[in-house]
Amino acid sequence: MSATAGDTLVSINELKVHFPITSGIVFQSKVGAVRAVDGLSFEIRRGETLGLVGESGCGKSTTGRAILQLEKLTAGQVLYEGSDLARLRGKALRRQRRRMQMIFQDPYASLNSRMTIGHIVGEPLLVHNLRPRNQREDRVRELLNLVGINPNTVNRYPHEFSGGQRQRIGIARALAVEPNFIVCDEPISALDVSIRAQIINLLQQLQRQFGLTYLFIAHDLSVVRHISDRVAVMYLGRVVELAANAELYGTPMHPYTQALLSAVPIPDPVVEEQRRAIVLAGDVPSPASPPSGCHFHTRCPAAVDGLCDVEDPALREVRPGHSAACHLVTESDYPHIRSVEDEAHSTVRAEPDTNGPSGGEGA
Amino acid sequence: MRHDYEVGGAAHTLGFTPDLSAPVDGMMAHAPDELAGQTGPLEPEFEVALHPDGAGAYAEVAGAETALGWAPDTELIARRGTWSEVWVRFRKDKFALFGVVIIVILVLVAILAPWIAPHDPTKQYTDIGLTAQGMPVGPSSHFWLGTDTLGRDMASRLMYGARVSLIIGILANGFALLLGVIFGITAGYFRGGTETFIMRATDVMMAFPIFLFAIALSTAINKPGIWVLVLVIGIVYWTPMTRVIHGEVLSIREKEFVDAARLTGCSTVRILYRHVLPHLVAPIIVYTSLGIATTVLFEASLSFIGLGVQPPTPSWGQMISDAQNYYLIAPWLMIFPGLCIMLTVLAFNLVGDGLRDAFDPQQRRR
Repeated sequence: MSATAGDTLVSINELKVHFPITSGIVFQSKVGAVRAVDGLSFEIRRGETLGLVGESGCGKSTTGRAILQLEKLTAGQVLYEGSDLARLRGKALRRQRRRMQMIFQDPYASLNSRMTIGHIVGEPLLVHNLRPRNQREDRVRELLNLVGINPNTVNRYPHEFSGGQRQRIGIARALAVEPNFIVCDEPISALDVSIRAQIINLLQQLQRQFGLTYLFIAHDLSVVRHISDRVAVMYLGRVVELAANAELYGTPMHPYTQALLSAVPIPDPVVEEQRRAIVLAGDVPSPASPPSGCHFHTRCPAAVDGLCDVEDPALREVRPGHSAACHLVTESDYPHIRSVEDEAHSTVRAEPDTNGPSGGEGA
Repeated sequence: MRHDYEVGGAAHTLGFTPDLSAPVDGMMAHAPDELAGQTGPLEPEFEVALHPDGAGAYAEVAGAETALGWAPDTELIARRGTWSEVWVRFRKDKFALFGVVIIVILVLVAILAPWIAPHDPTKQYTDIGLTAQGMPVGPSSHFWLGTDTLGRDMASRLMYGARVSLIIGILANGFALLLGVIFGITAGYFRGGTETFIMRATDVMMAFPIFLFAIALSTAINKPGIWVLVLVIGIVYWTPMTRVIHGEVLSIREKEFVDAARLTGCSTVRILYRHVLPHLVAPIIVYTSLGIATTVLFEASLSFIGLGVQPPTPSWGQMISDAQNYYLIAPWLMIFPGLCIMLTVLAFNLVGDGLRDAFDPQQRRR
């Protein structure tokens, strides 16, 4: 969280990452593609935290990895301070790697179990020649201190630490190169609930101290709400809504966002008792064969035949700072989805609110 | 503060207070109202106390203690070199040390054979070495381990045979190991066409009957001897190593620390050497120690068909092959070389196990 977000640091244009599906034993031919990321465009401003949320399998992690050039792009550009990262190779790319880092989801697999944490955190210093040999150890101890790890444990191995501590070591490693931009790929999903708050607070502390920019990928909506300035919601490889934190949680305009937010439990049983989550019909379609037109139309209660299943909705800015990818969303009007008790079967299904401003549309 | 609510018979324990006025240390406090009530991200209430300034720059933080604190008596473990650490772990393993002792004895016997052998291994003692019927003589004071069918002293032959077995075992396996690791890592890490080519070539190699291939190769080189044997065995035996290494590298390269290393800016060489190779130590060691056993026996089979070490140079495998028809009459002909092979294989296996455990920092000490 920051007081003022600055200029654009990272800009993504029509990013596509398709993983080919091949068949054949000796000579493999491509028979299809898993469209993990299918045309993403947004900006990340300097100093802000952009939250990226969505269901499992919607392509959020792949997006983060593609931005950092860990995955090969099928199409599109990733512009870091104006220069296209995808065009860099070899040494130039490695030099650019100093500017951006990643914090991984799994604290157990993201540290090399055969290296001491001193070596792990010190390796970036070695590779980029950031400190002369005699100062490296001191710098490593500083970094460990910064993230809350006792510097005297510098010669221990990762398996001697707990999950939260290992995540801190991973953060220290990311900070070693002094980056500007950090992709946090579900950094707390694998941790105990009691440890999560500490790590989040550490991340925010470090952001304030060093002016970092975060892309915070998560599927825990309440955590994203806590830490983000703006939030982007992804569904099946596309961004469906992008807005400032309060805007998105206060006025979700896209039907998917509304359903997603209604599924977050409120930690007050009295209130929760009276709420009904919006339950969407069907399952998430396979990313190998996404639906035509709007990817969400097969499950959307407000979908309009002839429009939503034919034409791709672009991510348009409908209000200042609030973009949505939906044909039915305008500046003043959007489909309101609410959940309804189905008397015949006593199940809950989603339907658009016929009393709302968009009344009469959909089924 | 914790509040326990009874809701529909099930007790829910909340880890925070429902009202915002008294946030719990270390926990995020959520307002219990609708999410729409929030106006912005909440301030973290758990501060890590550090230098207050330094916004926009990476200020040096010197000697600052954090609010987390830690026990002042956590002492610094001195950093030892990787190899001395490995040695420290290794020497705690009694079995491995026993194996080392046996190997050392073996090597010494092999080196000093010309001086400590009681007799000439190729000299046939037709007078005292054979019984009246021409059968081999059992262990006696003159011939410590008896004689073979031609009246040659077994003990001396075994000592000289140690040379052959050790050279073949170590060199042939070393050669196979080198090829296997190079091909396996190349195929596993770089994938694509390279992988397909290497792995299919390996499959073709494995499809060849080993013996036919060895025969063909020996004939082509036209000079049977120890070094040809090393070459042949090496060429034949790199295939299982390649497959094992290839499989291991496939799984290692997907691990997140390899991605992290790439992100750190490590060159490919550094990643392979510093991140991938240390994880390959275990399978390499295990397969090499198994390989020595297999190699010694393979050499015996080659000797049987005449492609091994040429007589009169003794080799343990050859001695076992020669003893086939006599094991009822003169069992020592087979027992002693067999024991030697068994001890050698056992020693290498024990050392292999010990090394594998010593390289793994997570190994629990017995």
